[in-house]
Amino acid sequence: MAAVKFTLNGKSQTVDVQAQMPLLWVLRDTLGMTGTKFGCGIAQCGACTVHINGQPVRSCVTQISTVAGKSVTTIEGLSADGLSHPVQRAWIEEDVPQCGYCQSGQIMTAAALLTKAPNPSDADIDESMHGNLCRCGTYQSIRRAVHTAARYRRASIAVAENGVTA
Amino acid sequence: MTTLVTKKLNRRSFFKAGATAAGGLMIGFYLPERSPLAAQTTAGAPSKLNAFVRIGADDSVTLMIHKSEMGQGTVTSLSMLLAEELECNWNKIRTEFPPVDPAYGAMMGAYGSLSIRTSWQPLRQAGAQAREMLIAAAAQKWGVDKSQCKADNGSIVNTATNAKLSYGSLADAAAKLPVPTGIQLKEPAQYHLIGTSMKRLDTASKVNGTATFGLDIKRPGMLYASLERCPVFGGKVASFDATKAKAVPGVKNVVQISNGVAVLADNTWAAMEGRKALTIQWDEGPGANTSSASLRQMFMDLTAKPGAVARTAGDADKAMSGAAKKLEAVYEAPYLSHAPMEPLNCVAHVTGDHCEIWAGTQIQSVAQQTAAGITKLPPSKIDIHTEYLGGGFGRRGGADFIGEAVEIAKAVTGTPVKLTWSREDDLQHDTYRPASYTTFAAGLDADGWPVALTGRVACPSFGGLRNGVDSTGVEGIVTMTYDIPNVHIEYHPPDAGIPVSYWRSVGFSQNCFFMESFLDEMAAATKKDPVEFRRRLLSKSPQNARYLNVLNIAADKAGWGKPLPAGHFHGVGVVNNLGSFNAQVAEVSVTQGKVKVHRVVCAVDCGQVVNRAGVTQQIESGIVYGLSAALKIGITLDHGRVQQKNFNNYDPLRIDEMPVVEVHIVDNHENPGGIGEASTPSIIPAVTNAVFAATGKRIRSLPIKPADFA
Repeated sequence: MAAVKFTLNGKSQTVDVQAQMPLLWVLRDTLGMTGTKFGCGIAQCGACTVHINGQPVRSCVTQISTVAGKSVTTIEGLSADGLSHPVQRAWIEEDVPQCGYCQSGQIMTAAALLTKAPNPSDADIDESMHGNLCRCGTYQSIRRAVHTAARYRRASIAVAENGVTA
Repeated sequence: MTTLVTKKLNRRSFFKAGATAAGGLMIGFYLPERSPLAAQTTAGAPSKLNAFVRIGADDSVTLMIHKSEMGQGTVTSLSMLLAEELECNWNKIRTEFPPVDPAYGAMMGAYGSLSIRTSWQPLRQAGAQAREMLIAAAAQKWGVDKSQCKADNGSIVNTATNAKLSYGSLADAAAKLPVPTGIQLKEPAQYHLIGTSMKRLDTASKVNGTATFGLDIKRPGMLYASLERCPVFGGKVASFDATKAKAVPGVKNVVQISNGVAVLADNTWAAMEGRKALTIQWDEGPGANTSSASLRQMFMDLTAKPGAVARTAGDADKAMSGAAKKLEAVYEAPYLSHAPMEPLNCVAHVTGDHCEIWAGTQIQSVAQQTAAGITKLPPSKIDIHTEYLGGGFGRRGGADFIGEAVEIAKAVTGTPVKLTWSREDDLQHDTYRPASYTTFAAGLDADGWPVALTGRVACPSFGGLRNGVDSTGVEGIVTMTYDIPNVHIEYHPPDAGIPVSYWRSVGFSQNCFFMESFLDEMAAATKKDPVEFRRRLLSKSPQNARYLNVLNIAADKAGWGKPLPAGHFHGVGVVNNLGSFNAQVAEVSVTQGKVKVHRVVCAVDCGQVVNRAGVTQQIESGIVYGLSAALKIGITLDHGRVQQKNFNNYDPLRIDEMPVVEVHIVDNHENPGGIGEASTPSIIPAVTNAVFAATGKRIRSLPIKPADFA
């Protein structure tokens, strides 16, 4: 067992677990934060995607010891009220989820994409999100929603910078 | 925006409420009086107007969703059926998944694309009865005739005075009134919800991680389990040594159950690590000799012999011998895994006289019966808490994973246990879509029109044999309605020893590919246009009118016969399954050994649409599911073991492979058809027929491999 200290959704967090334990299971079983999902365990489906220092990472293959001192954001911490991040707003607007199981991972990947590519093309979306499987086949809605999220995001940045609605 | 929460309903709360019941005020159609739901409300609790509707003093309307939500949209569409007649305020709706109860059908569950079809009448009726009781309560309160009252958006309005009483203020009185009968349901022209596009009620909880799936359940004192099963189907544990497993940090216990050895730990990862440290000697049994090649030979040998007659019409032999031209072909489809995104899981808590289960199950009744069989408790002592399902596709209709969890929980009676399957477990221990090997022959007349169709199907049975035929093995072939006067189809159920079951669209998933491809071969034999060929064969019988209509819409909207971008080709496929008609045109290119699907145009006639947006979502979903089977996935066996282990070698369609999908919905007021499985079958031949158009090579087995068109 080893105590690992990191920042989780903006708050300091210490866990005392096996050093090799994947972040996914620390989040889900140790900390009870079940928004991050288990899908494959080998970084092939993206359901477990979280942000570590702002980068999208597969938590199922991330040993907790490597997270020490870093900042982790999960779906629970993406926005203060759980619904207002531009990607969440877009997902609601476009009614993306079906079964919904993969959507935490889809949303975390999309949110990271928009920080890199504020106005992504369909090709950018496909390239960034092809690691996130959806067996319900919501891909067409996801493409639409990422474009919508990009628009919301640009609008909120414009408001923040200029004090006017874009 | 409205935030809606679907939560579980504690069965015991019903019993508590029932303790003070006067009884008899429930209006639930098929609701037995001793049902826990046949309970009158206690003061302060929401008033139960029937098995599906409860109204709180705060005007909240709680609807019971008795069909599992696995993505297909039942939480929303069933709410629409109730709300259409109830005239409640849509923004005040809450939904819950109720416990198993006869009020929800003898076989409570979501399967066979039946949720809307079987709920269409009773849920509108339940909504209307509740509304009429609220009207009667208001009329009593005002001392006026009921005809002077109307329901509007969560209130009863006195049409003479414009006075209003909210549903919440009337619910308690309404629940004490007699159940009205003979209520006339709305005519289609009066619908204000049915047929519109409503946003899903479960979206908010699914974008912030708060939706609770089975895998998210945690009970006090719960242990986490991982189960090692024999890698060969039918194999058993001969002996095992758990010494090393028990030494893994976090491992608490190791127990043997009927089909393997379970490691219990204080978290999922420790259980999986402990499981890796088990040493097990297996008695693999005869299944260890099975391979894909041996099974193919078995299926092939069977089709050389006569089988049970699945359909016969006219005199196929005579017509075939007199035909101007004869075609023969063999079609094959592999075993397929369902691979829902949420790996199978179940939380079970067995005590001396009670068993509680939390799971994403498609069929609550089967889950309950399975647990009753293992615990020897009566079904009334088995509580099923239905959670959201992270995909079902037929997989969660079985209760194998529930039975395993109950067996483990029984071994540690008193301690709740969560069994989590790994993705490897999921792919290697599925109840698979069966493989099929099918031979066809067709006789064409001098003008190239078919006069005879014969076929022999070898496909493992799971639906039960009737006169030697399992309909799940031949549906899509024997159900074809093309104008072919002489037809003879036979069936063999190979005893392959591989567990098989329902997979989205069941037999249609392979047989529509077989039938629609072979039909394309008939058209191609005399260079007839595939759409024109189908039109002619669907034009004669009036029963094919809806079929013909979707074919025409799909062809028209896709621009069939008009120029396409260089290197792009069209293919078509049609199907009539589960009460819906579906035609698809796929636009495909084949370059450098790769098939790319650019665009799919789908026309669907599912009768009366309930949630228009939901229909579109399900059509898109089914197309992606079928495209994975057409292009990418297949289960193979060697030495009795499934060779696919995870999404790296069972790799379904990804977003960069997603075509543009256009859905055109036919508007009519026919009885609703199923929509969850409507589009999976016909996308497959639409793509393979387009590959033929592009390359001249006929695809006769799946998934499509570069060698097929090289």
